[in-house]
Amino acid sequence: MLIYTLRRILIMIPILFMVSIVVFSLALAMPGDALSGQIDPTNADPEYIEERREELGLNDPIHVQYGSWAANILQWDFGRSFQHQMDVTQLIGTRLPNTILLSVMSLIITYILAFYMGKYAGRNPYTKGDYAVQGVNYLMLAIPSFVAALFAIFIFAFQLGWFPSTGSVGSGLEQGTMAYWGSKIYHTFLPALVLGMLTTASYTQFLRNDMVESAQKDYVRTARAKGTDENTIYNKHILRNSIIPIVTLFGFDIASIIGGAVIIETIFSYRGIGELLVASISNRDSAVVMAIFLMLSVATLIGNLLADLLYGIIDPRIRVG
Amino acid sequence: MNQQEPLLEVDGLHTGFTIDGDMHYAVNNVSFSVKPKEVVCIVGESGCGKSVMSLSIMDLLPKHNGKIDKGAIRFQGRDLTMLSDKEMNHIRGRDISMIFQEPMTALNPVLTIGFQMDEVLMNHTDLKADEIRRRSVSLLDQVGISRSDQIVNEYPHQLSGGMRQRVMIAMAIACQPKLLIADEPTTALDVTVQAQILELIQKIQDEVGMAMLLITHDLGVVAEMADRVVVMYAGQVVEDTDVDTLFHDPKHPYTKALLRSIPRMDEKQEELDTIKGIVPSLKNMPQQGCRFVDRCPEAMDKCREIDPQLGEEAQNHAVRCLLYDASFPNEQKQRGVGS
Ligand SMILES: Nc1ncnc2c1ncn2[C@@H]1O[C@H](COP(=O)(O)OP(=O)(O)O)[C@@H](O)[C@H]1O
Ligand SMILES: [Mg+2]
Repeated sequence: MLIYTLRRILIMIPILFMVSIVVFSLALAMPGDALSGQIDPTNADPEYIEERREELGLNDPIHVQYGSWAANILQWDFGRSFQHQMDVTQLIGTRLPNTILLSVMSLIITYILAFYMGKYAGRNPYTKGDYAVQGVNYLMLAIPSFVAALFAIFIFAFQLGWFPSTGSVGSGLEQGTMAYWGSKIYHTFLPALVLGMLTTASYTQFLRNDMVESAQKDYVRTARAKGTDENTIYNKHILRNSIIPIVTLFGFDIASIIGGAVIIETIFSYRGIGELLVASISNRDSAVVMAIFLMLSVATLIGNLLADLLYGIIDPRIRVG
Repeated sequence: MNQQEPLLEVDGLHTGFTIDGDMHYAVNNVSFSVKPKEVVCIVGESGCGKSVMSLSIMDLLPKHNGKIDKGAIRFQGRDLTMLSDKEMNHIRGRDISMIFQEPMTALNPVLTIGFQMDEVLMNHTDLKADEIRRRSVSLLDQVGISRSDQIVNEYPHQLSGGMRQRVMIAMAIACQPKLLIADEPTTALDVTVQAQILELIQKIQDEVGMAMLLITHDLGVVAEMADRVVVMYAGQVVEDTDVDTLFHDPKHPYTKALLRSIPRMDEKQEELDTIKGIVPSLKNMPQQGCRFVDRCPEAMDKCREIDPQLGEEAQNHAVRCLLYDASFPNEQKQRGVGS
């Protein structure tokens, strides 16, 4: 297991190298560069611009530019955001906790909903209840998340007034207090719910199908032959098998959750990484964009690794073998 | 209980599957009985309905398409087909237990052997958890599993097929059932392991004093184990008698053909005398006449027209074949004798 983990981590190094090249090329391909967003082209002195370009290394050959960028990153220096006038690491540091809270809450909501809906539908397949659950699933899959977000804001925030429609925390609260965290969770609930819809639908369906399939297995027949009642058969024998793949799924979904967060955060004006990314792209704040892209790639790789390792831990067949 | 009174009585059982909306019988009017402590073997080629018949007794048919349509299954006088799921759960694993053909898939891969052993005793006794575990360990000892105190903490994939079948046997005998149904318990195992498992089953049947319904397509096993033999073909019983009579005076051409197909140690046979053709599938079942007619070396014209009945041709020897008087339906008996 340890050797396997180490090997997986080693494999990540060349992948990260390639990802960094892609991210760097993307930033190059973006219209403008680190400088063009900072100065007003209509009244700047061309000589001054040239001087600044030289100073920032923007006139160097591309591979040299890449080299110095990569070298800085290895020293944990992601550059400066001209828009926010602070180091990128610091800027991301202020936003990341919000996005993590949003993702984790969304996953918790996903797992709770998917567990109960999937378990119900899986135990009562081809009944009205099952079709109802599947209907809800299709809705969650089919409605684009920005539409769902707008609906949620309209209904739960404006009409019913149950949740705030924007922001990630109430104003005037002292950081770290109970009230502060309460407000944070309260603000995060609605975007987390909307963000979790896609994953909820697929996990519910996954759990249901796996349970329906497991119910036909020989070991279920063996349990029945022992006189085990139907509740125990479902809760112990079937669920124990069907839950294993579900528990590890989120690792593979980290990328899509963060992708979804970009849209949801923007609509809810929720101050997280996603909102920062969108704002930075439109402001041509390329240092921030590159840093976030890199971070998302690393998160995806780590998520996949985590999923595999978790599978090995909870499935006895893999655990020992 | 009187020795002569049957423990299990299957009476006119019809079990079928719904295929494309129509009911097709895989078990068609099957009747036989098992006395206490008796070993009854059910033989017949693959696809003859042996498994469906045994699953019917346990009420373990696939719920979505399988169903007992007619007939009764009386166990100690109670008709099992009339019982609720709850009442049936009381009987399964305690009074009747079952071992299956495929030990590799019969155990739950994510639960420990110990949990799966304990479960039977948990279902049917009021014992405390540690006492249950002690019994599980000693049951594993009883079926010849060494390191039983460690095995209880292991998972099925850590055991070989033979070991898993031993675990299945241990579970099946945990509550000292009155009837054990074993559906081809050795077919999926290596030849060397087969003999060990059969020996174990025989020893345990003797120790526990239970009756056994042993399903097999191996007549060698029948000779070894059976008191009585029921031969099935295409969902029907075609012959039913005691083991000596079956081997020395087989009546049905299908039984004779099966007997010819046993490989013999003492004769150098160039090739095995297998029966030509295949068992008809549910959808291609002949609707009239004898179901074996197309493969039968002794087929006659009337075999295609008259449905042979299972009749007592001799004392304690029932057969379903128009070569014998007893098999003619009542209204056709006279004609049968005349021809
Ligand atoms: N779940 C099922 N659905 C439909 N047909 C089945 C099912 N199980 C068994 N059958 C059919 O019933 C017949 C008897 O099968 P089975 O009892 O398994 O035979 P045996 O155990 O004697 O080999 C076969 O024709 C088989 O195809
Ligand atoms: Mg079978």
